Amino acid sequence: MSEKKYSKQHEWVTIEGDVATVGITAHAAEMLGDVVFVELPEKGKNVEKEGQAGVVESTKAASDVYTPITGEITDTNQSIVNDPGAVNKDPEGAAWFFKIKIKNKSELDKLMSKADYDKFAKENPN
Amino acid sequence: METQKTALYDYHKSLGAKFVPFAGYEMPVQYSSGIVDEHKLTRSSAGMFDVSHMGQLSIEGSEEIAIELEKIIPIDLRKIKLNQSKYSFLTNEEGGIHDDLIVTKVEKGFNIILNAACKNNDFKIISGSLKNKFKITLHENLSLLALQGPKSSQILEKIISGVSSLKFMNGNKFSYNGEEVYITRSGYTGEDGFEISISNKLAEDLAKKLISQNVKPIGLGARDTLRLEAGLCLYGHDINKSTSPIEANLKWAISKRRREEGGFVGYEKIKSDLNGSLSRLRVGIKPEGKIIAREGVKVFSDDGNKIGSITSGTFGPSVNGPIAMGYVKLNFSKPGTKVFLEVRGKKHEAKISELPFYKKRYVR
Repeated sequence: MSEKKYSKQHEWVTIEGDVATVGITAHAAEMLGDVVFVELPEKGKNVEKEGQAGVVESTKAASDVYTPITGEITDTNQSIVNDPGAVNKDPEGAAWFFKIKIKNKSELDKLMSKADYDKFAKENPN
Repeated sequence: METQKTALYDYHKSLGAKFVPFAGYEMPVQYSSGIVDEHKLTRSSAGMFDVSHMGQLSIEGSEEIAIELEKIIPIDLRKIKLNQSKYSFLTNEEGGIHDDLIVTKVEKGFNIILNAACKNNDFKIISGSLKNKFKITLHENLSLLALQGPKSSQILEKIISGVSSLKFMNGNKFSYNGEEVYITRSGYTGEDGFEISISNKLAEDLAKKLISQNVKPIGLGARDTLRLEAGLCLYGHDINKSTSPIEANLKWAISKRRREEGGFVGYEKIKSDLNGSLSRLRVGIKPEGKIIAREGVKVFSDDGNKIGSITSGTFGPSVNGPIAMGYVKLNFSKPGTKVFLEVRGKKHEAKISELPFYKKRYVR
């Protein structure tokens, strides 16, 4: 599996072959607070980079989840729909959101490394 | 306007609070363990809430205050007993609500607890109506701490002896560190609990004592989920200047004599609502699935007509599911009625529900 990459919308991405796995960052989960509802895109749906691809709600508010990558949704993690609290427990592991068949690999180059993201998150807490 | 801080601001910070601006104040929205934990802890044990942003108004003077105050507050203030508290509101000319409040009869007159966002306007309304006949004070030197949850009584009794004998919606003077404090048995969570009016100087001292008794600090986030489970209104959302108390399903908060006699601002609208012109009603709404319907979500009937909208909605940690309140047309207000909520363009099934969602545990 590739090195984890990060987006400015607070998503993380890992790559295996031509499939990317996407979730929200630990920082984003911390900012949201207790996650109580997750809505995921439908399998087979084509999504555009930085387009909306899900919703995550805490007791406080609803936030859109964006895809950092253009492509087709190949799989979604129903376990976080059934147990939204898992997003707070393991946001960058078991609580991945969706898998996506990558259309344009060059989009990956624009994403941040962990060090760059940590710096970005510190400067842009929300 | 510069944001204000309560006397406990630094203490909240030391307890790990995350702050949000609320009604002109920097208030804790949650602490490190999060809203769901804070909510559940309040239901199972005891939580401390700093509600010092709320207005603490006193009116002192002759027996005549009750007569004058009845012109703007629709309860029987002539019959209220010493140290008894009542929920009510300031009504406006159109029969809407300027603010909801708790009024308590005290020796020198009345104490009124007001919403933070409304308190300065309320002060103007009340002093304008009472003219200069009485001494009216909005106490900036007082803090207000709420202790809520089933263990509140046994814990507070250890610190302030005598409080456990208070009945729900009753108050009294007590002594703390040689200073007089006024405590009522009341709250906004659906649990047993107390609200303690104490000088800013002593507030942190009391807060620390409570925390040392294993009480946890609770932020505004859990305060909102707790009150919504308890079916209690949030001013500016579930009630406002254009909702009548009858529409808001708060008929019970207008004394019987006042409903019949009137003699308060906005009575005409309220009377006509009471006499059959009511067209909508505040109700509980329970989504069937997991979807959360928040303020502003439209409510539709089974056959697709818009019949109302949501005024508050969240996830209820003790109910373990989504809950909401809103207004619907009167003929759709019966508990069990099937309705649909439009969230992000899709309609989701829900049912009109009895309030509260979570059964109250007040000590009578």
